[in-house]
Parts: sequence; structure tokens; C-alpha cells
Amino acid sequence: MSYNIILEVEDLSLETKQHQKLVNRVSFALGKWETLGLVGESGSGKSLTLRAILGLLPRGVEKVAGTVQSDERTAMVFQDPRGALDPLCPVVKQLSEVVRFRQQVSKKAARGIALELLERLGLPDSLKTEDRYPSQLSGGQCQRVVIAIALACKPSILLCDEPTTALDVTVQKQIIETISALQKDLGFAMVFVTHNLAVAAAMCSKLCVMKNGEIVEQGETLELLQNPQDPYTQMLINSVLPVPELEGSERIWN
Amino acid sequence: MKQMRIDPRLNAHGKRTSLIGRIGSTPTLLAGTLMLAVLVLLAAFIPFISPYQPSEQNLSAFLQPPSAEHWLGTDQLGRDLFTRLIYAARTDLKIMVLAEIIPFCTGLFLGMVAGYYGKWLDTVITLITDTFIAFPFYLIVIIVAFASGAGERGIYITFILVGWIVFARVTRGLTASFRQQEWVASAQTLGLPGIRIILRHILPNVLPQAIVVLMTDMVGLLVAIVTLGYLGIGITPPTPDWGTMISDGQSFITTAWWLSAVPGFAVVYTGIALSLVGDGLADLWRKK
Amino acid sequence: MMKPSKTLSATAGNKSRGSSRWLAMVLVRALVVILCVTTAVFFLIRIVPGDPSKMILGEYSTPEALESMHHALGLDLSLGDQFLRFVKILFTQGDTGNSIISGTSTRELIADRAPVTLLLIGMASVFAIIIALLLATLAATNKDKLPDHLIRIFPTITLGMPVFWVGLLLILMFSVRLRWFPVGGVGEGWGGTLHSLALPAITVAFSQIPTLVRSLRAQMLDVLESDFVVTLKAARIPRAIIMFKHVMRNAALPTLMLFGVNLSYLIGGTLVVEQVFGIKGIGSLLFSSIAKRDFPVIQGIALYCAISVVIISLLVEIISRWLDPRTKGKS
Repeated sequence: MSYNIILEVEDLSLETKQHQKLVNRVSFALGKWETLGLVGESGSGKSLTLRAILGLLPRGVEKVAGTVQSDERTAMVFQDPRGALDPLCPVVKQLSEVVRFRQQVSKKAARGIALELLERLGLPDSLKTEDRYPSQLSGGQCQRVVIAIALACKPSILLCDEPTTALDVTVQKQIIETISALQKDLGFAMVFVTHNLAVAAAMCSKLCVMKNGEIVEQGETLELLQNPQDPYTQMLINSVLPVPELEGSERIWN
Repeated sequence: MKQMRIDPRLNAHGKRTSLIGRIGSTPTLLAGTLMLAVLVLLAAFIPFISPYQPSEQNLSAFLQPPSAEHWLGTDQLGRDLFTRLIYAARTDLKIMVLAEIIPFCTGLFLGMVAGYYGKWLDTVITLITDTFIAFPFYLIVIIVAFASGAGERGIYITFILVGWIVFARVTRGLTASFRQQEWVASAQTLGLPGIRIILRHILPNVLPQAIVVLMTDMVGLLVAIVTLGYLGIGITPPTPDWGTMISDGQSFITTAWWLSAVPGFAVVYTGIALSLVGDGLADLWRKK
Repeated sequence: MMKPSKTLSATAGNKSRGSSRWLAMVLVRALVVILCVTTAVFFLIRIVPGDPSKMILGEYSTPEALESMHHALGLDLSLGDQFLRFVKILFTQGDTGNSIISGTSTRELIADRAPVTLLLIGMASVFAIIIALLLATLAATNKDKLPDHLIRIFPTITLGMPVFWVGLLLILMFSVRLRWFPVGGVGEGWGGTLHSLALPAITVAFSQIPTLVRSLRAQMLDVLESDFVVTLKAARIPRAIIMFKHVMRNAALPTLMLFGVNLSYLIGGTLVVEQVFGIKGIGSLLFSSIAKRDFPVIQGIALYCAISVVIISLLVEIISRWLDPRTKGKS
């Protein structure tokens, strides 16, 4: 199996303007087709790492050291799907706008592509005829629109920032399935941020466990889960996954 | 308006001691306090600083430009502008502070009561504030000040009538939000009477924000006092007042522009000082 | 200032029935406030200590003159009858009685002066919004850099500036020294009118800009920090389009609300500024009526101003809700 690294994060350190350390010397690499999970509790710097890869750090946060190397296109899916859409702009219009600027097509063609994308993501047909605003869609529907916007950028790396946390449990599953199916079809790599180890285990081939802005442990998902070295990882596993399921049943992870 | 979050467990004593210590660490607060201190000291010691009386006329030396003898020149009656300016500060600052006391207390009380008890009481108080707010501020101030007669008394009556609205609105919103919180609910389950909860628990938490609003409101009040003076329905001559000074100087705007400009700068100076204190206090309390 | 968007989003998701109920509530509230305002104006004449007739005629008036003044003001009737008469004249004729001095009806006096004042208010609003939008955008997009610091100091400095004093300084600068504008009064024709009202309009706008800039800047920063801007940036949509199509639109809605709230201050400022520039509008009518103790006219001005404020705030509230898709509900 050829292993092409398409994203390499090296010694990444982020600080606030007041020199408070947020992310400290984080390094990892992402191969083509691969899905890498960043897991850890909230405030451990996962989302900031993702924003650093995207190149859009929040105000007041600075990169003080390290490099992010990638020649590939990135796109991002956010935690709060409703907040990720302009509340005053119909969703189809937002999506067509992105299609128009990223794929350099006419306004009319952009709308066509946008509608196709929405259909592919299983959004209702009513969107085609009527203007719908984010507030008129459910959380799951909004997240599908956000994913469509990300896909409109034709990314080779999709950055997912807790894409299911804000959703109902049943909808969570559907969104995960949608993302997995799309990855199979379109073949992008993913960096998947979550605090849910079960979701990470299902989605990712490699895992990085983060705590207080540092990676405490990283490795192949199966290996890491079966044989955690760091006490924090052990604690995470014990608290999230029922132990019996872990033993021997390799099928779950493939 | 952003609400400040204040730790309800903080006691008044702890706040006060740290306040003095922290003034130095908040530059805006320090600057504002210093600016105010300079003005107050000047106003207090002006009889020892200036050899002139505020109403002392000298018709042989009228409309003089600034000089060593008259720091800011003289007006059309030969009165020393600097002396009058500082005596006017005495008048205007005194009225500003006094006129704010009753509205501050009534507004705070009505706002807390409306926010705490809600229901019909809230409806009535909100209706009254809505009615007052419908009148343009200067319109109502001008009419009430005129109706209650020019002079200091008229100003006090005016602001007792209209000044409480701002505080009532701010406190009402804050109190209503505190009411949702657990520490109020727990005080209620202990069987404490409403008025006790309001005074012992809600007041200390509402006060910081109300004081910040007070600082900005004082600027508005000062400007209103000066405006009334300018329009001839506020402080009446010969009592020195920045507003009447600006109005007197208006006739000489082409020849002696500083007669109108300088008292205005005094108002602006006081405004900046109070705003800085307000911003500084807000910063100070937000940091906790 | 209350954050209007909060109340809007709190009602989001209501079906259209909720919308018509909301409209009914808002209308009823406005009506009740108008009634309260009317009552307040009626009692205005009665907060005067002593006899208003004596105040009008002076200390040494004859009993006959006082008697006829009582009659003219309707003070010889019982309080209830007075109020009924006041309300009746107001709602049938839109009037608060005739001027004591000239005998003309208050409505006519106000209608005569209103155009100039309305034009001045309109110009001031346009200036205020344009300048505030520019400054707020400049500050928000350069947060914590020099332009932002300068613009943030601006409200602190201007908060304590009496509007009439600003007018005087502007006259000194632009009319006396530079001779760009007339010193006062209103010019001939449309061109002359606009030219002579420019400086007063800037003066009124100047008093509004600090509040507007302060809250607009905060609104814009809120919007700029929101996830959807990151979505658009991540999608590499051009900055200008994000700024004008998305950020401005989102910041515009709360600004409209704020402008509705501030309108009352703007009208008050206009009345004072008219006096400084010698413009014969509602403001100068107010001051001349005050000088002549012409109570019915003073009452009329107060009432017309207050009712306009209530109606305009109502319109602003309805328009904001209509513009905000968050209140349209799911389907």
C-alpha cells in the first residue's frame, strides 16, 4: 500500500495574545484516503488545531511555532450547523454562492450544481422551489447543507469539528453514515475531531488523544484502543466504551 | 447591553478592599479619577487660586484675549473667564450629583421590584417607562423644566420626574435574569420575604452595573443642565454656569470665539472623565 | 440597550398564528402607550405649581382677564370634563386647542413648521447611518489596530459634547471661517434649503454617531466571529462579498432596531439644533411658545412628537420582524 502524506502538522503551538498556551507542539500526519481522529475532552485544543489547518484561527489566537504543510484543498464541517449558516440568506443561495466562486461557473449553473448536491445529501425537494432559511430547517438538515457547502469546495481533506455533537442521537448516526458514504464515493481524507471515542473508533483509522493542548498518545486506532499506554487514554476508554466489546472483536473497527 | 457576570458569593467587604487596590491596575479608571480629582480640587480651592470674583466686572478690560493676568481672557463685561469657568464647575457639578441621587434610588428600587415580582406591577412600571421614552428626552426635559420654573429647583424636579427611567430599565432586566438563577430560588425556598431577597441578594449584584450606568447617565445629565442653561430655562444669571456662559459668548463668536468654546471644553472634559471612570469600573468588575 | 435579536429569536419557530398574535400584541401595546402619552400631556399643564393662567398673564393681572384665561384653557370645567374635551378635540380634529397668542389652531401651526424639521431629521438620519456604518466597518475589520482604537475613543470624547455647542463650533469653522455654509436660517429653493440644512443635519447626526458606532461595531464583531463567516472564509468566498452581502446584512437588522430606539433622541437634538441655527421649524415654535407661555401649542408639540415616536418605533419593530426569516417559522 502506497502511503502518500498529504497533510503534515509539525510542532504546532498556538497561544493567545496574552501568551497563554492553548496547543503545544502537536505533530501528526495524514495520508491519502485516511481518516485521522483527534479525541479528547473539551478545551484540549482539538478544534483550534483544526482551525490552524484550515488557516483561519479565531481572533486573539496566534501560531507561535510549527508548520502545517499541505498542498491539498481543505473544507470544514462545524459543530453547530445552524451557526455555520448565514441566518439571513436562503440555504440554496449560500450553497450556490460557494459553488459559483469555487468552481468558477455561471450563476445558473451554480444553482443546478447546488441542487444536485443537496439531493445527493438527501435534503427534501421543497428546497428547490421555495426559499428556505437555516431557521426553517432542522439541525440535521442544516448539517447536511453545511456538508454540501464543504463538498462544493471539492476538498481532498475534509475537516470535521464535532459534526454530530449538537444533534439528536438518531440524527447523529445518519450524519456519520452520510459522511462515511461520501468519503467512500469521493475519496477525500479526513481529520475528525470528536470527544466521543466510540464515534472516533468507528470512523478513524488513526487516533490522536489530546489533553491540555498536547497529544498524549497517537497510533493506529485498533492498537491504541486495545493497548493504551497513557493513563489518560486508559481512562477515556474505560469511561466511554464497555470493556467486553473491545476484546477480540476486530470487526467493529474495520 | 452586555451583562456583566458577577459572582453572587462575593461579599461587599471583599469587593471594597480590592477596589482601591485595583484602581491603579485599571488605567482608564485611574485616568478618569485623576481628571475628576483635578476638577474637584480646582473647584474647591478656586477662591485661593484666583484673585477675582466670578461676578466681578471690569468694563475697562472687556473681551480680552488670554494673558498672564487673565489666563483665559475676559468676557464682554470684563469678568475673568477662568474664574467664572471654575465657579461654574462648582454649580454644575453640585447640581449634577444632587439631581442624580433621587432618580438613581427610585429607578433602582422600581426596577428591582418590577423585575422581581413581575406580573401586573411589572406591566405598570413598563408602561410608565414606555410612555416616558416616547417623549424625546430634550423635549420632555425642556417642557418640564420650563413648567416647574427656571433655576436649580426646576432642574431637580425635572430629573426626579424623568431621570429614574434609565436605571429602572437596566435594573429590571438584570433582576429578571437573576430571578431565573438558582441562588434566588434557594433563598425563596428558605422562606425569605421578597423585599429581603431584593435588598440582601439582588441589590449587591445589580449595583455594580447600575453604577456603571450612573457614570454615563451623569454625563447626559450634565449636558442636559448645560443645555437648559443655554436655552435660558436652567440656571439663571448671575450664578455662573457653563450653559449660560456658552450662550453669552455666542454673540461674540466671530471676534472672541473662546468665550463659547472654553466652557464647552469644560463639559467635554468632565464627560470624558466620567466616561473613563464608568468604563474603568466596568472593566474592573468584568475581570472578576 | 436591550439586544433586540434575542427577543426575535426567542419567538422563532412560531407558526404564522403566533405572528398575527404578536402583531396584535404590539399594536395594542402601542395604542395603550399612545393613550398614556395623551394623559401625560393633559396633565403637563397641571404640574405647574400655582395657576397657569397667572403664569401666562403675569402676577398683576385683573380678575376678569384671569377668568377669561381660565375659560380659554378650559380650566373652569371639572377635571373629568376637561380630559374628555381634550381627548375629543384630539381624536376628532387632531388638535390640542388654539394658540392663546395668535388664535390659530395648534395643528395648523405645527403643520406649517413640520416640513423643515422633518427634512432636517431625515438628512440627519441619513448622515448618521452612513458615517456610523463606515466607521463601524473600519473599526470592526481592524480590531485592536490603530483605526479601531481611534474610533473607540471617539464615543468617550463625544458623549459629553452638548449638541448646541457642537453646532456653534461647526458654525465658527465652516460658516464664519471657511464660508462654506450660511450662518443660519433656511435658503431659497431646494438647493438652497439642502445647502443651509447640511450643517445643522451634520450637527444632529454627530450626536447620534457615538451610540450607533459603539453598538454597530459590537454587532459586526459578533457577526465576524460567528461560525458562518468562518464557513464562508473557509470556502474562500471573496472578502468583499462576505463583508457586504453577509456581515453588513446581519449587522443591519439590529442597527435598524437601535435606530428606532434612538430616534427619540434624534428628534430632541433636532429641536435644540434648530435654535442654534435659527431654523424656523418645530423647535423654534416650541421655544417661542415657551417664551409666550402658549400652553396649547406646547402640549400639541409634545403630543405630536411622542405619538410619532411611538408609531415609528412600531413600524421599525414590524419591519425588522418582517425582514428576519428567523421569525417566519418552520413549514
